[in-house]
Amino acid sequence: MRKLDVKVIQEAVTKSLIKMNYELEDSFVRKLQIAKNNERSEISKSILTEILENQDIAKKGINPLCQDTGIAVIFAYIGKDLQIQGNLEAGINDGVRNAYEDGYLRKSVVKHPFDRQNTKDNTPAIIHTKLVEGDKLTLKIAAKGAGSENMSRVVMLKPSDGIEGVKKLVKDTIFNAGGRPCPPIIVGIGIGGNLEKSALIAKEAILRDLDDQHSDPIIAKLEDELYKEINELGVGPMGVGGDTTCVGVKINTYPMHIASLPVAINIQCHANRHDEVIL
Amino acid sequence: MIRITPPVDNATIKTLKVGDKVLFSGTIYTARDQAHIKLVQDMNPAFDLQGAVLYYVGPTPTRDGQVIGSCGPTSSYRMDELSVPLMERGVKMMIGKGNRSQNFQKEMIKNNAVYLIATGGTGALLASKVKQRKVLMYEELGPEAIYELEVKDFPCFVAYDVHGNTLFKGGTDV
Ligand code: SF4
Repeated sequence: MRKLDVKVIQEAVTKSLIKMNYELEDSFVRKLQIAKNNERSEISKSILTEILENQDIAKKGINPLCQDTGIAVIFAYIGKDLQIQGNLEAGINDGVRNAYEDGYLRKSVVKHPFDRQNTKDNTPAIIHTKLVEGDKLTLKIAAKGAGSENMSRVVMLKPSDGIEGVKKLVKDTIFNAGGRPCPPIIVGIGIGGNLEKSALIAKEAILRDLDDQHSDPIIAKLEDELYKEINELGVGPMGVGGDTTCVGVKINTYPMHIASLPVAINIQCHANRHDEVIL
Repeated sequence: MIRITPPVDNATIKTLKVGDKVLFSGTIYTARDQAHIKLVQDMNPAFDLQGAVLYYVGPTPTRDGQVIGSCGPTSSYRMDELSVPLMERGVKMMIGKGNRSQNFQKEMIKNNAVYLIATGGTGALLASKVKQRKVLMYEELGPEAIYELEVKDFPCFVAYDVHGNTLFKGGTDV
C-alpha cells in the first residue's frame, strides 16, 4: 500500500489555489483571443480586450484576476491502494486557509445562512470524495465565484421533454442570466441521476478539458449544437450583445429513474479558475 | 469616449447614451450590500451624496506598497431597492455589473441618474486605475466598507440611460 502524508495534499491545494487565482490556462486564453478577433461589435470587442489585458496584469502576481476569489471546491479521487496519513478533510481545509491568507485572496465564506458572519479564512471548502482504482490521489480543484454559481440551477424535467426540453431549459437559463454570470461562460450540464447527482456531474463537467468531447455521439452532438445555439442567443460578453456568449459546453450524464429527467446547469464565468493535480 | 470628473450634474446625465464608453477620473465611492443597508438606515453619509458616483465592489486584501487589491464590479441587482433612497438624495451614477430590476430603471430615470457597468472579472486591470484609497465609513466591514477612491481613466460603459434604453441583450430585468 502506497502512503501519502496529508501535508503533501495540503501544500498542493495551497499552491493550486494561489496559482489559479492569478493565471488562466493558456488553452482558455487562446479561446478568449479567438473570441475577441471574431467579435463584430465594437463594445464586445473592447470588453474582451479588457479581459485579456486583465489576465496579463494578474499574471504578474500582485493582484488576482477577480476580486471574487471564490469558494474552494475540491474533488478528491482516492486510489484504493493508497493510504492517506492524516485527516484528508482537515488537510484540504488547511491548504485552503493558507492559500487565501498567503495569496492575498478575498475571504468570501460566511458560516451561517442568516447571521452571515465571515469565517475569515475562506474555509470550509466544498469537498467531494470518491474511491477509484490505483494508488494515486487526483485532486480537481476550483475557485468558484458567486456571480456565475448564483445563475446555475437544477430542474426536474419530464422524460417526455427529451432533448428539445433540455435545450430549451439550458438556453432560457443562459438568456435570462444575461450579463450577471460574466460571459463568456463555460456551461457545465449534468443530465440524469437524481437531484444531487445531476448537480455533481454538472460541476465535474465544467472541470473537463475544454477541447475534449463526450464519447457518446448523441451527447457529443448535443454539446456541439448547444454551443452554437447558445452563441446565437447573442447575450455576448458581459451581456452587452455579441457573438461570444460561451466558449464551451460540456455535458455529463448518469442513469436515472424511469420517471425522471433531472437537468443541472452549472455556469462557469470567464475567470475560469481550476486545476488538476495527481499525487 | 467621454471623460467624466465627479461630482456629476444633470446636464451630463442627459447627454449620456447606452453603449457610451466613459472614463472616470477623480473621486468615486465604494459601497456594496452591507454598506448600502447601513447607509440607508443611518442616512448620515461622511461624503456628499449630491452628484456622487457609487461603485459596487469588495476588493481583495491590499499588498504592502499597493493602493488596492483586485477590485472589479459585483452584481448590481442586489442593490436595486436600496439604490432608490440614495438616488433620491442625489446619487447620480452607479457602477456595477449585470441587469437590474424594472423598478430600478424607472426610479433611475425619475431621479435623473445613470447606471454603468465595468467589465466583471477584470479586478487586476481596474486596480491599476485606482491611484489613492481612503476608508471613509464602516471600517469594521472590511472589504465591504465605504472607501473613497481616487481614480484615473477608470473604464465603464453606460448600461441604462435616462432616455429609457438598455445595453443588455439578454437577462430578465426581474
Ligand atoms: S462571476 Fe466570475 S468573473 Fe464575474 S465577478 Fe464573479 S468570479 Fe469574477
